Amino acid sequence: MLEIKNLCFERDNKKILNNINLEIDTGKFIAITGPNGSGKSTLVKMIMGIEKPDSGEIIFDGKDITNLEINERAKLGISFAFQQPVKFKGITVYDLLKIAAKKKITRKEACDVLSQVGLCAKEYVDREVNGSLSGGELKRIEIASVVLRESKLTIFDEPEAGIDLWSFNNLIEVFENMRELIKGTTLIISHQERILNIADEVILMRRGKIEKIGSSKEILEKTIKPTVNCCRIKKEGEK
Amino acid sequence: MEKTKLNDELLNSVDEGVLGEITKLDKLKTGAYNIRKNGQGIERKITENVNITTKKDKPGINIYVKENTKFEIVHIPVILTQSGLTDIVYNDFFIGKNANVYIVAGCGIHNDHHKDSRHDGIHRFFLEEGAKVKYIEKHYGEGTGDGKKILNPVTEVYLKKGSSMEMESTQIKGVDSTIRETKGVLEEGANFVVTEKIMTHGEQVAKTIFNVELNGDDSSAHVTSRSVAADNSKQYFISKIYGNAKCFSHSECDAIIQDNGKVTAAPEVTANNIDANLIHEAAIGKIAGEQITKLMTLGLSEQEAEQEIVNGFLR
Repeated sequence: MLEIKNLCFERDNKKILNNINLEIDTGKFIAITGPNGSGKSTLVKMIMGIEKPDSGEIIFDGKDITNLEINERAKLGISFAFQQPVKFKGITVYDLLKIAAKKKITRKEACDVLSQVGLCAKEYVDREVNGSLSGGELKRIEIASVVLRESKLTIFDEPEAGIDLWSFNNLIEVFENMRELIKGTTLIISHQERILNIADEVILMRRGKIEKIGSSKEILEKTIKPTVNCCRIKKEGEK
Repeated sequence: MEKTKLNDELLNSVDEGVLGEITKLDKLKTGAYNIRKNGQGIERKITENVNITTKKDKPGINIYVKENTKFEIVHIPVILTQSGLTDIVYNDFFIGKNANVYIVAGCGIHNDHHKDSRHDGIHRFFLEEGAKVKYIEKHYGEGTGDGKKILNPVTEVYLKKGSSMEMESTQIKGVDSTIRETKGVLEEGANFVVTEKIMTHGEQVAKTIFNVELNGDDSSAHVTSRSVAADNSKQYFISKIYGNAKCFSHSECDAIIQDNGKVTAAPEVTANNIDANLIHEAAIGKIAGEQITKLMTLGLSEQEAEQEIVNGFLR
């Protein structure tokens, strides 16, 4: 359902994405992981149309969407949850969820989705999506706005960032429910082992390239953990 | 209940249309009210607790709310449909001790001709101890003529010990020129909350001036202005807050500029007492690109996203 061909993006003489080729099948839960600066966020922003590639193609459901605007891609069935949620003065949580939903939604339906992401709905539904909300609250509202869209392809850019442990458990449930109910494809940037563990496949990116694709076990044990072990503190007297 | 009809002139469909923009017609006659059209009072109702009398020395009315009156609604709308008319009106509101009322005022101008139509409404509020008022004021202009629609409202609020007033003023459409002056004088424990929303288009000009004196200990004021200046319109926000006692104030000017719109914010806070705590925030700029991007990811076009952001901002 999603095919990326020879995608390249360069800024300040640095290859942010260096000839990315990738195919993702319908209904899959795919995690992207890798060190900071490896190009993960740039790649998913290009799929949503927030960034435009220097060269390459993005094919979605057989259609070349490389030059389509963000909203055109949204209408085709792509959703995007931002790593840093956007704030709006005057727009309430209910307003945002009404815009997000493709159909008219009642307050109860809006409250239901807020409850799913771990927010006490009645306290939040009429609040403005502004700086009075904490980072974690904004993040959960951001996730709720994306879940409501029930898209063919839902992209999450580090959904766990800024979320407390209690809400993180909700988040795992949200992803599992989405898989079961919507049956769409999920593409998720994450560093969290629990998220990688529920993925069908994990993509490891490094220096603008896809270094490896495999199960979470393969990626975590063979690729990430040895790297971490290289940095352990030497014991006294150890050579 | 007593109902007084001042003359036989009926509201036509244009009048009702303009009136409907500044007040909810179905609520208009639920409490005391006074409707003024083209410089004349045309219909009035008083209640057991709210009396309205005509001023003898100048145009306008006095509104008396009895002490301990609870949750009554008072409507004081003005409409101008006669091109070329300048209507100046002085309305004084006397709110009795511990009364709690909701007052809706405003002016709608319909001008289909080339002469300017202007309304200057000078409203003074005198709140006795413990009184509470929620005051809603809407201003609106329409019409196909090139005559300007000019509104210059003045609101003066005098708050005695422990009283409070919450004022919401809105000017969203069709007013070519406005100078809005709001003054507050607060005694001990009084609270004044002002929320102003203004949108200007075309060549419109809007100037708002706030002048608040916090004279009593534990008095507080919150002044919030949200405005959008589009096309070639200009807006000026001038706020002067004086902390003359142990008090708190927060003033905030948020403005969105579009096209060639221009906004000037000139906040001034003066602490004349060591325990005065005065805060001012001002933010002027175009709509943040990330806000548009977010709404586009939800399926809105760039134009729809901008409209949604402006609508929310001014709601």
